Amino acid sequence: MSRQRWAAASNSTSQKATSPAAAATASYRKARNKQPGPAVPKNTTPTTKPPLTFPGQFAQSTVRGYATQKQATTYIHEKKPYDVEKIRNDFPILKRIINGKPLAYLDSAATTQKPQDVIDELTRFYNEYNANVHRGVYKISEEATAAYEEARAKIARLINANSPNEIIFVRGTTEAINLVAQSWGRTNIGLGDGIILTEMEHHSNIVPWQLLAKERGAHLKYVGLTDDGHLVHEDFRQHLESGGIKLVTMTHVSNVLGTINPVREYIREAHKQGCPVLVDAAQSVPHMPVDVQDLDCDFLAFSGHKVCGPTGIGILYAKKSILQAMPPFHGGGEMIREVHLYESTWKDPPYKFEAGTTNIAGAIGLGKAVDYVSGLGLRNIQEHEQELTEYAHDRLGKVKGIRIYGPENPRTKSGVISFNMGDVHAHDMATLLDEDGIAVRSGHHCAQPLMERLGVSSTTRASVYVYNTEDEIDRLAESLERAGRIFKL
Amino acid sequence: MSSIYSEIILDYYRYPRNKGSLSHPQIQASDSNPLCGDIVEMQLELDEKNTVKDVKFNGQGCAISQASASMLTELVKGKTVDDVRKISKEDVLSLIGGQLTAVRLKCALLSLKVLKTGVYNYIGSTDATNEELSGL
Repeated sequence: MSRQRWAAASNSTSQKATSPAAAATASYRKARNKQPGPAVPKNTTPTTKPPLTFPGQFAQSTVRGYATQKQATTYIHEKKPYDVEKIRNDFPILKRIINGKPLAYLDSAATTQKPQDVIDELTRFYNEYNANVHRGVYKISEEATAAYEEARAKIARLINANSPNEIIFVRGTTEAINLVAQSWGRTNIGLGDGIILTEMEHHSNIVPWQLLAKERGAHLKYVGLTDDGHLVHEDFRQHLESGGIKLVTMTHVSNVLGTINPVREYIREAHKQGCPVLVDAAQSVPHMPVDVQDLDCDFLAFSGHKVCGPTGIGILYAKKSILQAMPPFHGGGEMIREVHLYESTWKDPPYKFEAGTTNIAGAIGLGKAVDYVSGLGLRNIQEHEQELTEYAHDRLGKVKGIRIYGPENPRTKSGVISFNMGDVHAHDMATLLDEDGIAVRSGHHCAQPLMERLGVSSTTRASVYVYNTEDEIDRLAESLERAGRIFKL
Repeated sequence: MSSIYSEIILDYYRYPRNKGSLSHPQIQASDSNPLCGDIVEMQLELDEKNTVKDVKFNGQGCAISQASASMLTELVKGKTVDDVRKISKEDVLSLIGGQLTAVRLKCALLSLKVLKTGVYNYIGSTDATNEELSGL
């Protein structure tokens, strides 16, 4: 197996001080010491001090010692040694015993587990440099600001945004989409205008548009699905050509079927009609290299907690020119330049969209999570999940009475496997699996229109991430077989 | 570990007793569990002494919700409305047997909630009864 080969390679390369990561950190430190600003304390190790960098410092030529941001992103996305057993040790929760069995966590599409690094960074923030950002002129406030802005820059590198100023901290994907609907949407969408969505959207990419459409007198047009869970391209073309379309909003990867949508192609077509595109990347950014400049999407949203980060923090990416033209979403402190009794002026993006005290600890924790997945390599993560998904399709496909929804070819999907078995209700299935220490999701997965399309009320969903193993898939299959025996299928 | 899905639960799920609908029910209510999508409807026909002469349930959902609804219909048949009112959570859970998690408890007690809603509507609701229902 290729994974074992990588695992073996990891032992030898991890010893070398000249790995790309180590070299990058070293040259970054060297460069940083030349920067004006506070000196680096000598008696602390790099892992226990906050990064001493400031907003605006991330000119493209000085990103962590890389000549260009593109190189930094390439490093994050490229293939590196991968050792799943070593990775599992980074996640303390995986040592839990549930109902007498080791926890097999197969619900990462809902939320991922957190590595020790992220948990430690949250504690360290509160223990050592908790302060409000951008305001204090004292030491710990500057440290907090530096860490907060460093996190923003890390996220820009993860998705290859042109600048950290295109990265807005929000609560999660849901808030990011609502921000676009309320700010951009209310300005740009009017009576009779159309918005294109797909039938596989999560409720968070349906309901904000329903609210907007109702308010503005606009209408929603849905791209339908084939029986194996792919978008009907012809629907999309017809909707686009019907005229009056002001926005296309679609998921990159289905949270129910795992279908990877050809968003890049759809974006090209939409742009030909002058129509901007929002990509819901909640299920893609954590699992595969995503490059916003290559996609050329206008908006992209994802959640921190699905990429090893804390809950309550997420990202809206938007192109600079669009952000500059958009009115604020929330009004309040931090987002203003000047406030008078009857009018105010706004800061430049991203601060224009970050009113009030934001989730500082969450942002810093997400920065640490981005470090973590960047260290593993997004290409690696994708390949690991791909192998597991193929294994799962093969192994689960042999279970009597099972029906797996979505793409039949596991190579065209991500690590999300939705299924039903005989007349066993999804909730009963999840309870039966829990009896064996296996955590899966059951229900409509916040995608009721998709459930209707599939003709089911609910499904059971297993989803994999960096820490899952073939052994856990075997346990899932065995537990499903046990469920089949109990229900006499 | 042993499963809460006993032979009895599965039997009631596959071969539900008293499933269907009545033509002239005096008591009727339905509710759903938005989390799971379980739906249960209960109909009761009373005689002149306010005794449950016939009872039917209808619905769809997980084995726990549907089996408990079916078991509950058998429990109420022949009881007076006053006795039906006194049926407790514990009565229903003892029919099901086994340990349920907090989330699945909602499935198990959905039919009791529906039954009590119907009964209280029939005899006239009070704040105290509403409080009892919100506890289910």
